[in-house]
Amino acid sequence: MIPACPLSALPRGEALRIETDPPIAVFHTEDGELYAVDDTCTHQDASLADGWLEGCEVECPLHASRFDLRTGEVDAPPAKLPVRTHQVVVRDETIYVVPSDLPPNLPPGVRTGSA
Amino acid sequence: MKSVAIVGASLAGLSAARALRAQGFTGRLTIVGAETHRPYDRPPLSKEFLTGRMTTADLALEGDGEDLDAQWRLGVAATGLDRVGATGPGRGGPLRVRLADGSAVEADGVVIATGAVARTLGGGLAGVHTLRTIEDAAALRADLDGARRLVVIGAGFIGAEVACVARSLGIEVTIVEAAAAPFARALGPEMGAALAGLHEDHGVRLICGAAVRTLTGDGRVDGVLLEDGRRLDADVVLVGIGARPAVDWLDGSEVKIGDGVLCDSGGATSVPGVVAVGDCAAWFDPALGVHLRVEHWTGAARRPATAARTLLSGGAAVPEPLAPPYLWSDQYGMRIQFAGHTMPGDEVSVEEGDLASRSFLAVYRREGRTVAVLGVDQPRSFTRWRRRVNEPVGAR
Repeated sequence: MIPACPLSALPRGEALRIETDPPIAVFHTEDGELYAVDDTCTHQDASLADGWLEGCEVECPLHASRFDLRTGEVDAPPAKLPVRTHQVVVRDETIYVVPSDLPPNLPPGVRTGSA
Repeated sequence: MKSVAIVGASLAGLSAARALRAQGFTGRLTIVGAETHRPYDRPPLSKEFLTGRMTTADLALEGDGEDLDAQWRLGVAATGLDRVGATGPGRGGPLRVRLADGSAVEADGVVIATGAVARTLGGGLAGVHTLRTIEDAAALRADLDGARRLVVIGAGFIGAEVACVARSLGIEVTIVEAAAAPFARALGPEMGAALAGLHEDHGVRLICGAAVRTLTGDGRVDGVLLEDGRRLDADVVLVGIGARPAVDWLDGSEVKIGDGVLCDSGGATSVPGVVAVGDCAAWFDPALGVHLRVEHWTGAARRPATAARTLLSGGAAVPEPLAPPYLWSDQYGMRIQFAGHTMPGDEVSVEEGDLASRSFLAVYRREGRTVAVLGVDQPRSFTRWRRRVNEPVGAR
């Protein structure tokens, strides 16, 4: 379990990037839900934490691919592959992320440090 | 409408096919492409594909298992558009797209998406390149291997991106630009000048306000001669001076051409049943009051949905407002993003960051409206500011 930040440090409508390998983005929706997905868009190298958050959806800041934060599924192209999702836990007013065991869908040309 | 032919199998053509199917078109769909490739993404050609980080397979635009139930006619260019049994202007049978192999595709509707052709110089000297296709990129990459000096003619985004790649290969790079600053057409002179420093930081020699007289060399290019008499040695030359719409094949058709296929704000051309999208199309922009050819990826990806509605409704659909044009460019690890239109005289102010740090967000304003936004390594701010383009200043 990776500590992200105090719950109070991530207001609704905001996102945070955790510098894991690969990085993870944590979103706090306007409705108060917390979601975590791989930060790198599956289409090309861009940070989803820099994207536009609307409802349970994030729009990539580079090419406007949209992902459903609940499932990671692509709601709008050009992305073709879903983004990997991670579990979020809030304990003692701190946000934690439980990283997924599944392989990530990183875009072509982007590799993890270990791979 | 029982059948549609899409002429052009790149991003705009593929997006049109997807949009037609998504909007319930179940008829016969034919996609004609002059290139032999399935639809592929061009922006990486001057970036990750040129460095070798992306392969041809990575450029594919279609998803695994995506099936548009279309007939693909690839590797054959369109040569004409008319009507079967034409009896006069606009009268006759179905539309007919004539192809270079002598065959033809008949359809009730036609989407023109033939893109653009890079302008070039040099009259066929070896070592002189333009960059538009996979083959162009592969040839340029092969020529850069072992090259010592690259001259880029035209300080636009493609030229600048190739300059970056060449610098990473240890090649001496000179960029020659006719205007007073790089990127001036897209970003305006003030911000263009601000970005000039980015290249100079990385050892690129930038010569602005200089016209090219001729390229020199016997069979293979060895230099660039400027109008002021200066000579630049070169092993390789990249010509990045823009593109012209690929509309020659429409000569003799009833489709009205200006700088590209003239369309209304929904993509309809002068011919009923024919729409145009992508780099070859000049849609009427009601906000600016002119036809404007927007040669950006985003337009080719998004506008076909509007054009498909225009086509399927027989022109009855009211087009959605046009989204502001958007472009991005990756240079020396920096991400440049721009949305909107700038014109001479716009007031430009840096709202976040500062020019010296090469990380800033600049806003362009004209007559009380926010008309454009430029972000350099400010993706998060850009995401927010981009949504204010075309709003009155201070609307939020």
